[in-house]
Amino acid sequence: MASPQRHDLKRYPGFGAVTWACIVLLYAPMLVIMIYSFNELRSITTWGGFSFAWYLKALNNPQLHSATFNSVVVALVAATLGTILALCAALAMTRGRQLKHQSASFALLNLPLMVPEIVTAIGSLVFFLAIGIQLGLSTIIIAHTVFCIPFAYLPIAARLQGLEGYFEEAARDLYATRWETFRYVTLPLTMPGIISGYMLAFIVSLDDFIITNMVAGPGATTLPMAIYGMVRTGFTPEINAISTMMLLVSALFVSASYLISRRGASS
Amino acid sequence: METQALRRDAVGIDQVVKVYGEGASAVTALKGVSLSIADNEFFTLLGPSGCGKTTLLRIIAGFEQVSGGRVFLFGEEIEQLPPNRRPVNTVFQHYALFPHMTVEENIAFGLRRLKRSDTEVKKRVGEMMEIVRLSGFAGRRPGQLSGGQQQRVALARALAPQPKILLLDEPLSALDLKLRQQMRLELKQIQENTGITFIFVTHDQEEALAMSDRIAVMSQGEVQQLGTAEDVYERPSNRFVADFIGDTNLIEATVLGEDGPDRRRCRTAQGLELTASGSGDPGQMVHLSIRPERISLVAGIGGSGTPCTIDRIIYLGTNRQVLVRLADGAPLTLLVPNTSGSTLEPGSAATISVAPGAARQLRD
Amino acid sequence: MAALIATGNSQQESAAGLTARQRGLLLLPALLAIAIFLVLPLGFILVYSFLTKGTYGGVVWEFSLAAYEQFLFERDLFTDELVFHASYLQIYGRSVLQALVATIACLAIGFPTAYYIATRPAAQRNMWVFLITVPYWVNLLIRTVSMLFIIRDEGPLNSILLGIGLISEPIRLAYTDFAIGLGLVYSYLPFMVLPIYAAIERFDFRLVEAGHDLYADRWTILRQIIVPLTRPGIVAGSLLVFIPSLGSFIAPDLLGGGKNLMIGNTIALQFQSSRNWPFGSAAAVILLTLVLIVLVLFARRAQQAAAEQGRQ
Ligand SMILES: Nc1ncnc2c1ncn2[C@@H]1O[C@H](COP(=O)(O)OP(=O)(O)O)[C@@H](O)[C@H]1O
Ligand SMILES: [Mg+2]
Repeated sequence: MASPQRHDLKRYPGFGAVTWACIVLLYAPMLVIMIYSFNELRSITTWGGFSFAWYLKALNNPQLHSATFNSVVVALVAATLGTILALCAALAMTRGRQLKHQSASFALLNLPLMVPEIVTAIGSLVFFLAIGIQLGLSTIIIAHTVFCIPFAYLPIAARLQGLEGYFEEAARDLYATRWETFRYVTLPLTMPGIISGYMLAFIVSLDDFIITNMVAGPGATTLPMAIYGMVRTGFTPEINAISTMMLLVSALFVSASYLISRRGASS
Repeated sequence: METQALRRDAVGIDQVVKVYGEGASAVTALKGVSLSIADNEFFTLLGPSGCGKTTLLRIIAGFEQVSGGRVFLFGEEIEQLPPNRRPVNTVFQHYALFPHMTVEENIAFGLRRLKRSDTEVKKRVGEMMEIVRLSGFAGRRPGQLSGGQQQRVALARALAPQPKILLLDEPLSALDLKLRQQMRLELKQIQENTGITFIFVTHDQEEALAMSDRIAVMSQGEVQQLGTAEDVYERPSNRFVADFIGDTNLIEATVLGEDGPDRRRCRTAQGLELTASGSGDPGQMVHLSIRPERISLVAGIGGSGTPCTIDRIIYLGTNRQVLVRLADGAPLTLLVPNTSGSTLEPGSAATISVAPGAARQLRD
Repeated sequence: MAALIATGNSQQESAAGLTARQRGLLLLPALLAIAIFLVLPLGFILVYSFLTKGTYGGVVWEFSLAAYEQFLFERDLFTDELVFHASYLQIYGRSVLQALVATIACLAIGFPTAYYIATRPAAQRNMWVFLITVPYWVNLLIRTVSMLFIIRDEGPLNSILLGIGLISEPIRLAYTDFAIGLGLVYSYLPFMVLPIYAAIERFDFRLVEAGHDLYADRWTILRQIIVPLTRPGIVAGSLLVFIPSLGSFIAPDLLGGGKNLMIGNTIALQFQSSRNWPFGSAAAVILLTLVLIVLVLFARRAQQAAAEQGRQ
């Protein structure tokens, strides 16, 4: 008797194996680093028993405290500003007929995604120095806000495009002013897009190293900069512990955004 | 149209033109439409899809601006009023129920925007849910309702603020036949009970005939005929209306002579002689419309009628549609009651006769 | 500018009740932010690339082509003659090659993966997509560090291989070009899988049945039906891997064994220890030009393809 799989026309031998290899490639390094973060020994190779020692060390490192604080502040401010700018732009681009310069505006909004990060990084550095803005947290925030815009824009615009104009017309028909229409209809219906855009912007800001490193100036250190510094000076298990914690934060974020987008899709 | 007359009407539409787009891609959706709709009237815009019904409704609601002409609401020109300042509510074609609100919140939406007190909102929403028989569904979301229930929520939401005029854009088109027929009755009843002026859009002539006080038959951005259901069915003013409303036989004929005021003796190309309402001098070519149910049929040849051959019989339940051919092969459609023991057979000979006054002359 | 964007009758409201003028005003802040803090800086780079290098970094406002000359020539210290040298060309060549190899590797892994996921039962697909997405959300630096951790000479990979006796001494993986390639694949693989997955998920599998009906075997169908019809996804994925790979900094910096490994590092170096801003700017201008050429070429082809589809 032929197995049913032999008749499955869609099936290609080996594709399943490649998929599993892909998953292993993506996850193995992260899993290994997680496991070794609990290694008692300073040695990176031999296992000396389970311990939280490196976590304690990382959590008590004052430099990491300020770096984390900086990173979170930058990400909160940049993601918030970027999302607000992106929301306004997305409303303008999607609510109504084509604007006169619609495609040029779209290209400009997405420009931060097209320009290689290293180019943006040195461009920002040169620019800030040329116009005499003191490098520091503020320059990081400005640069992050700009490249957060397209990350927030794309999910918001996608949501707004899927939102038929007749909901807003129905609200206007039922005596809602423009503001009330936005407040009670457009905004709540766009919320899933806004939240995923905000989270994307937040993570992208938290993640950035190249641009941050260029425009940070001497005083302001963010978490990726601190980790980079530690890696450059020598690999210690403390890095494993920090990495694991950051991995968990990211995983938390993805799960949350996944749940939110699923809830958004079902409503 | 007299501006004076427009002032008395619920809605006055004066030479309204609507052009979408510009230049080469411009589409003229309305080509100078004039209508006056009386207060408390059940008024229907009837026409095939794309004829401009929705456009006219959207202009009245305030979602589109006219390219030319004027629109009056109770004598006031309303060009400058945004949709939220017009005493008009709409039941949208696809309902447009707010998906993130419950049934109750949807119905309360308009009242809340009008800043009605909480107690009033509550009372009114309760009433509305009773009228549309959805009392058990207050906490549900639109996504959890059937098509018919959503339709009733949309109706309740639009009625709740007690508008002077209710616009309904093909509200029944998404429902199945039984529900549609039931809702026709309910809508008519609600209109009579509330006294609100209904402007109802449909492409379904049966719906229009069943409910309307008056019907405007539209085609390609123009009103073809305005009248009661009986007017447009019995006395279609042109070929489009005759063809669009109900089934009909469109026949070319020559005027033979006068047969009383506005009655002419005519002979069709097939040699069928009949009296038709209309005008014209002898020898003139005219178009006639004869409704299939106004032609009677008896089996066999004889009597004063015209002989024919039965081509095909289509069983429709209450009636039978009979396709016959006259002597020279010209086809004609008849509708005969489905009485039992009928002896009609395809291929057999029969005799038809056209009832007096059944044939009507049509303008192009 | 708001008036510039506004179109037609400015009184005409859109669905949300916004006039064209208001929409212009809403759009303006985002466009201005990007124009001032991205387009303007790019203009600065272009200008700086034609200026003279300052002694301690920065620039001297004097026109010079030295930065571009430096790509092809070296000034002989003694004779002051320009001598051709290819080391910077080599860096660009190596970067393009690395990015290409990474793109091809990602495609080789990404296409079967995307296909496999898209042909799972609908309920499983979300879970697979989720699995592919998670790494994208994880800090790139940390992922690269973790890759470095396992491929080091004394890292887990070598210990496993030694332990099972496959090798007798550690093989050198870290700080090689291979490591850079591995890092790039690891960094950008999700970018390849997701667009291809989206394309295959929309693909109408009845076409496969039609193909089989017409005596095509599996691989013919893959080549002649599935791949051509999912090409937009494949192209999008390839661009999303190629472009960031070309300008990458972290993977060559941490995993590679040197300083001037890829364009990204070369540029960064000019603004750090080398302090040659005009040269760094020129290098950035050239990188940006390369990226633009690739994007324009693909946009052209996509337009042509769309036009052809329209004709059919
Ligand atoms: N927003 C629009 N832009 C361009 N053309 C439109 C628009 N809305 C409607 N039309 C055109 O106007 C004509 C009338 O449309 P509509 O009023 O929707 O007709 P109906 O409701 O009778 O089906 C159609 O030819 C349609 O294509
Ligand atoms: Mg319509």
